[in-house]
Amino acid sequence: MEGIQLTLVSDNRISSFGKTEKINFILKHIKEGEIVILESGLEPKEQAKLIQTTMNEIDHDEFNGIEIETYPEKDENPSFLDRLLGKTHKNRLTVIGPADKLKTIKRNKDMIEAFVSFKE
Amino acid sequence: MGLLDWFYKRSLSSWLNKLFSKENAKIGLYGPPNAGKTTLANQIIRDWSGDVMGPVSEIPHETRKARLEEGVEIEANGASLGLDVVDTPGIATKVDFEDFLNEYDLEQDEAKRRAREATKGVVEAIDWLDDVDAILLIMDSTKDPYNQVNVTMIGNMEARNIPFIIVANKVDKEGSNPNKIREAFSDHPVVAISALEGENVNELYNKMIDNFG
Repeated sequence: MEGIQLTLVSDNRISSFGKTEKINFILKHIKEGEIVILESGLEPKEQAKLIQTTMNEIDHDEFNGIEIETYPEKDENPSFLDRLLGKTHKNRLTVIGPADKLKTIKRNKDMIEAFVSFKE
Repeated sequence: MGLLDWFYKRSLSSWLNKLFSKENAKIGLYGPPNAGKTTLANQIIRDWSGDVMGPVSEIPHETRKARLEEGVEIEANGASLGLDVVDTPGIATKVDFEDFLNEYDLEQDEAKRRAREATKGVVEAIDWLDDVDAILLIMDSTKDPYNQVNVTMIGNMEARNIPFIIVANKVDKEGSNPNKIREAFSDHPVVAISALEGENVNELYNKMIDNFG
């Protein structure tokens, strides 16, 4: 049966990884053509690291980058300790896929519509 | 006052100055490709030091290496602010050389070279986040503001405690809707301008002095 693999990763699983391990795990699955769904998303700095690692992995042939779907952060007041530790955000469900398979159609604060292509 | 006292106070003052206030604030211009970062950098530098920073183009990823202009002094409402301006390459999550081929009619070699340089530029732009004191996040007001680059950038600036102003650029273009940006990021200062026409940039200078000075 032809199709696209969806890989759903629980908060427990993603939290068990170190920062680099987490990025490598996500990119490994995406480069295999899978759509990865993270229950609890990535910290902003991890998102930036994921973009940098993606740029280094682009080969201008098979892999042209990623598409990330996540909501803007909730308006919250983080505690002083959280601010001190740079934890000003609650992570939210995030979908990441290869740029040639996953396309955003429409996104707003609370809803994302995306399109998954079966293009080989 | 004895010589030792004078020397001590002078050293202490110099040390405190170094610790708490640098001569110039380093301002990073960030945003997705083609939002108008270099056009705005050129406008700022033309207004205050009579030079230009770099070429602009309709083709995305025209700026593929960060450019630094030091010692730009801006003045507004009787106050002034010394800046080093960093014009960064556009941040993207994907770079496909075929986009350059199909949409901008470039030769394959040129398209691939541009794409390779663009990926390095994104890495460099993100590295600069550790070295800027404040940011102008430039968005194209004719486009949907809820794109991943904007969301990731705002998250990063908040997590790193970097003060920033959102610049809703291209208000001179048909379809511009800066209010959509204001609604999307209502917790943050937004200034609507046309970097190309120089429209409303004085309000941006005022805001920069208020927020970064």
